[in-house]
Amino acid sequence: MSYRQARWSEPSIFTISSEGRIGHNPPQPDSEEVKMSGAPSTLLPPELRRSKPPELPELSEVEVVRHYVRLTQMNFGVDTGTYPLGSCTMKYNPKICDKLSSSPKIRDIHPLQDESTTQGILKILYDLSEMLEEITGMSRFSLQPAAGAHGEYTGALIIRAYHAANGEGDKRREMLIPDSAHGTNPASAAMAGFKTVIIPTSSSGYLDLDAVKSVVSKHTAGLMLTNPNTLGIFERNILEISEIVHSAGGLLYYDGANMNAILGKTRPKEMGFDIVHLNLHKTFGTPHGGGGPGAGPVGVVEKLEDFLPVPLISREGDRYFLDYDRPRSIGKVKSFYGNIAVLLRAYIYILCLGCEGLEAASEHSVLNANYLARKILQGGKYTIPYYPDRLVKHEFVLSAEEIYRETGVRAWDISKRLLDYGIHSPTTYFPQIVEEALMVEPTETESKESLDHLVYAMNMVAEEAYSNPPTLKKAPHSTSKGRVDEAKASHPETMCLSWRMKRRFMSGK
Amino acid sequence: MSGRMVHHYIPNSSPETLKMMLDEMRLNSIDELYTDIPDRVRLRGRLNIPKAMSEYEVERHVEELLLRNKTVFDAPCFLGGGCWPHYVPAAVEMVVGRSEFATSYTPYQAEVSQGILQALFEYQSMICELTEMDYSNSSMYDWATALGEAARMARRVTGRNEIITPYYMDPHRASTLKVYSEPAGMKVLTCTQDPVTGQIVVEKLQEMITSQTAAVYVENPSYLGFFEKQIDLISDLAHDKGGLLIVGVDPISLGVVKPPGEYGADIVVGEGQPLGNHMNYGGPSLGIFACSGDRLLRQMPGRIVGLTSTLEGGDEAYCLVHQTREQHIRRERATSNICTNEALCAVAAAVYLSLLGPEGLRRLCETIMVKSHYAMKIMNSIDGVKTPIFEAPHFKEFTVNFKDTGRRVDEIHRRLLDRGIQAGKVLKEYPELGEAALYCVTEVHTKEMIDSLADNIREILR
Repeated sequence: MSYRQARWSEPSIFTISSEGRIGHNPPQPDSEEVKMSGAPSTLLPPELRRSKPPELPELSEVEVVRHYVRLTQMNFGVDTGTYPLGSCTMKYNPKICDKLSSSPKIRDIHPLQDESTTQGILKILYDLSEMLEEITGMSRFSLQPAAGAHGEYTGALIIRAYHAANGEGDKRREMLIPDSAHGTNPASAAMAGFKTVIIPTSSSGYLDLDAVKSVVSKHTAGLMLTNPNTLGIFERNILEISEIVHSAGGLLYYDGANMNAILGKTRPKEMGFDIVHLNLHKTFGTPHGGGGPGAGPVGVVEKLEDFLPVPLISREGDRYFLDYDRPRSIGKVKSFYGNIAVLLRAYIYILCLGCEGLEAASEHSVLNANYLARKILQGGKYTIPYYPDRLVKHEFVLSAEEIYRETGVRAWDISKRLLDYGIHSPTTYFPQIVEEALMVEPTETESKESLDHLVYAMNMVAEEAYSNPPTLKKAPHSTSKGRVDEAKASHPETMCLSWRMKRRFMSGK
Repeated sequence: MSGRMVHHYIPNSSPETLKMMLDEMRLNSIDELYTDIPDRVRLRGRLNIPKAMSEYEVERHVEELLLRNKTVFDAPCFLGGGCWPHYVPAAVEMVVGRSEFATSYTPYQAEVSQGILQALFEYQSMICELTEMDYSNSSMYDWATALGEAARMARRVTGRNEIITPYYMDPHRASTLKVYSEPAGMKVLTCTQDPVTGQIVVEKLQEMITSQTAAVYVENPSYLGFFEKQIDLISDLAHDKGGLLIVGVDPISLGVVKPPGEYGADIVVGEGQPLGNHMNYGGPSLGIFACSGDRLLRQMPGRIVGLTSTLEGGDEAYCLVHQTREQHIRRERATSNICTNEALCAVAAAVYLSLLGPEGLRRLCETIMVKSHYAMKIMNSIDGVKTPIFEAPHFKEFTVNFKDTGRRVDEIHRRLLDRGIQAGKVLKEYPELGEAALYCVTEVHTKEMIDSLADNIREILR
């Protein structure tokens, strides 16, 4: 497959601006309204008035549309091609979810409307919570967190509130986190006021029980873990880990980033977890929007229900309502009730797949990952730590260490060259415990043919590393732009973060 | 094994492909790939989730449920308070509906993500123009979380532990601020506001600002719709004692209202939902976060897009910058844990602001002010109804007091709802204001809607 991305030389929207144009005419007030209210200029005292208009671009509608359409054409999405971005789980987003969630019947609802006028969406949110409860085994969910990391922060606050309620708030200040964890885990724990204690991954690829035992103490507030872990390996000792943490009085937090691998096979509850967050775009196929909006609902076991953020969505007979009457709640983690348009998509996704489809999704994500791992390994150029001694689940980590040692070509160069094959790069240099890491997650929605193409591309790139390293060092070649100078972008002398900074540069400051 | 059913989102579930792949791996079934999950933790039986529905059935089912909702167009609605009805131009919907943007991830690979990177750079640029600030990140979850992060940032920059907020504040936002600042060891203090004018009592504020003050937070317009007129003075007071000034804004008002950069704000936060994003029952929303000065830039949470060039050829190009502040590099020492933000909502805001431009935005602001003042005038003419409660300039929201009608605001609103009108938000959190509610009027409210609101109130009170 040859690939070429659109290459518009699309200038900044500020440079195509032309004085006096307008792209949208807002409604004008009725003359009687003006007569009664007074002229606009009289409604704001001079000290509150803007001295000069904001320097926004001036364009007609067609110019704005062409500009942004050209930009979309210079952007890679799941709908463009294979997106094996490990741990980010970029699966196909069913179109019916977008179609239904753009209904005015959801878009044009105000969050403070009387509950009698929002029974439809409240029922949907209530039913979605119940489905998430069933999928994870937790007893109650809050749909409020706006993203996975936001869910983590919420979970960490719940852990904090639980220990405080037991009179152990001052004592239990440590959060245990494996060194292979997503960066959000330690960041969220630290934000919630915990000291993070890092557990090193053992040479087995599993979390080492002795290592867990050695860090657990009466100061342990909890342990944050994803399972399968970021190497794609299922922690088989999870019950022992859970036992160690629980018997020391700590709680077990499940980072749901890798939940797509185990739907219907096991649940956080069966594994002994107390708190779960789910990234809806990873597990339930909602689009990622170039970095959001997301949704990171949090579920908990019964003893933690009281601490969930307000309001929860509750039900009395056929009537659904926003339940604020929860005196032990941690409070609110954002305004209103969550990213509703995303939650609605997840609900629709679950209905479309049903129980069997959800299980099939995880089965095929695991099948695709193992198929891919095996085929890439056959090429002989990459290694996969612990594989094939350990099965992988829905993702795996390739190491390009050997290629780097022998040719000087780095994982970063390989990533860039893959773009020329129409494949989005895998996650590069994560987890940090693997040298020259490329983290690959094909997901269940890639066909065998696209997996085979990925294998072909990986092999070709490996070959090129030996035969023609400059091609890799200068890759990509067929994308909208050649390799971007990221160092310059972050250098204090050359950093340019807005059009006003650019204007200053152009005028010599 | 459930491979017998062919699922339309799962290409390899066709029996032929499945068999081919299993054969190649010398496996008999997918189950063999799950032998690493110990029996002890395996789920017994199936998930209790309904069977799959066809797309047609799903559509019918969901649409039937959604019919139970009443939109702001089914029943005119005068609610604001953190989420506001504004018109979303069709061109905005068209751009953010494009799947190249919608189905992409955070642009880690700049060369194939120039589109969203440039759009986000343009968003940041427009926020800087609107607010007159140096830097903007590429979005936070919403106003409330942006404020929470701003408080924590003020603490990092000043090393101090207190933030002073106005008394009249959105309860959601106030709660979120607490949930964000308390774990950082911060105290939230509340400053008195004058019951007649709503203005911050400057003498009181002056007493409260100490060497422990990390920041003073002011909202313009405030939660109750009025402006704070002493912002220059408040800014000086905060800065004199070495604290920061954090300002909360409704960005749409900045078409005519003095921007925070002009009165020395250090951090600006706000809700970007009015800029081209539908209400969606309160989410997704768009948290605006901007700051000024290099010292603050280094402590700013969230993603930032920068302009650079390609290594060869010197083409202009965009990429994420300053990632060393972020959680995936700095882990527990990161400025924040935020990674997924509200990128697509930020793109909507960029398209929206490009469409309106300075002139469109000014006209829109004037329309909003005229209509809301018209609404106040006409409601004020009803016996016993007083609006606004505060003697101060207002933008699109205003307080209404029904106390002198001798009737309860709850009851009046219930009767309005029976007549197909969704009135404002009852201000239960401020009982001292009387039988008070917060109303919102924007460009979507026609004169007929406003007149009908007033007529109906009049009839109900009769």
